[in-house]
Amino acid sequence: MNTPLVELQDCAVRFGDTQALAPLRLQLRRGECVALVGSNGSGKTTLLRLLHGQLQSHTTQGRRQAAPGMAQAMVYQRPFVLRLSVWRNLMVALWLAGVPRPQRAERALQALQRVGLAAQRDRAGRALSVGQQQRLALARAWAVRPQLLFLDEPTASLDPAARREVEALIGEFAGEGMTVVISTHNLGQAKRLAQRVLCLDGGQVVADLPVARFFEGPLPEAAARFVKGELP
Amino acid sequence: MGSFADSVASALQLVLGADARLLHIVTLSLAVSGSACLAAALIGIPGGAALATFRFPGQRVLLLVVHTLLALPSVVVGLVVYLMLSRAGPLGAWGILFTPTAMVIAQTILVLPVVAALTRQLVADALHGNGEQLRSMGATPMSTALLLLVHERASLATLLLTAFGRAVSEVGAVMIVGGNIDGVTRVMTTAIALETSKGDLPLALGLGLVLLGVVGLINLAIAVLRRSPRPAARRA
Repeated sequence: MNTPLVELQDCAVRFGDTQALAPLRLQLRRGECVALVGSNGSGKTTLLRLLHGQLQSHTTQGRRQAAPGMAQAMVYQRPFVLRLSVWRNLMVALWLAGVPRPQRAERALQALQRVGLAAQRDRAGRALSVGQQQRLALARAWAVRPQLLFLDEPTASLDPAARREVEALIGEFAGEGMTVVISTHNLGQAKRLAQRVLCLDGGQVVADLPVARFFEGPLPEAAARFVKGELP
Repeated sequence: MGSFADSVASALQLVLGADARLLHIVTLSLAVSGSACLAAALIGIPGGAALATFRFPGQRVLLLVVHTLLALPSVVVGLVVYLMLSRAGPLGAWGILFTPTAMVIAQTILVLPVVAALTRQLVADALHGNGEQLRSMGATPMSTALLLLVHERASLATLLLTAFGRAVSEVGAVMIVGGNIDGVTRVMTTAIALETSKGDLPLALGLGLVLLGVVGLINLAIAVLRRSPRPAARRA
């Protein structure tokens, strides 16, 4: 239970001449929901990609250690939806994840029901609204039963109603024990969903605190400045 | 002017009357160019997709070669294929010079760089924006290429129609390797060149009209395929 799902040991990321992430040590523990907050360009997405193991090795330093056999998935701010039906998008995701063929249809149906898209299964994925496409992306991720789910500003381009729907789903996933790491600009969202908040500034983690302590303060200067700028 | 009008009228009669000679030439043209495009698609689509998704030594050089071959003049292709297939050539034993098969080979070589280069560009563009998301779902380079080809299938069809347009309208290569033999290797473009030189303008014009019609149909098909899909509503 206490074994971290992912552990970064002095990991840094450099894109050419730009230091995108300064060396950091980080553990993701099972069942926690972690929010990554920070301004644009602070390194949130880079940290997500690093944790997910999506960065090319020549850009990274240090060591990333993941729990063996761990299933993980990532949902992007603008999910890539294939020009196929909603159903086939899900089946492709299950195929790519290596789910055995006999299990795919059942899992796909469960996932669509889970996100409220069962009635849309035969529609073209690209014909869905932006909010529905985001729910489809969540269904694709949930269908592969990930132990660790990364979410890169999943509600950034959604209107308030769609944001609430997607946020509710994320809350449910986290409530079921799935480890969730979400990057967001929305401090209210971080407060509602997360148990732990990491604040990034200029590629450095300037605060790594339980959610209550993060919002009650006191905070390191860079984190305090970010919070002041975000809160009305 | 009167002679031109007479020629047009005669040409229309040939087309509308489904003249047997004209029909044979048109059928052969479509069969040769269609086969060449099919062969080029079978090689060029996987090849282009592989060029976009895999990394291997010499990739840049290969890409440079493919892009250079985009500008390959059809007469040069005809000449090279002629030299390969002539009796003294390395493939002379096949005995296929001055046959439709030789014409298919020449046109395949002509349109293969078009299919490969445009497929590579298509997949590379799709990969640029979405490759990481596919990789994060567990896609290998092979499955990524396959999925992006399925995703871009409408553009792929447009690409193949473009290649067909290039094949069906070229004259140099098929003239050299086919020999323009009446009833055997005479296609629309070579027939137009010959009939014009003989002064048989009605048949040349009739074939010209059919060729124009074929190219027009291709463009129509491209326009239909390119019709932008209904955009997703920007709301939940």
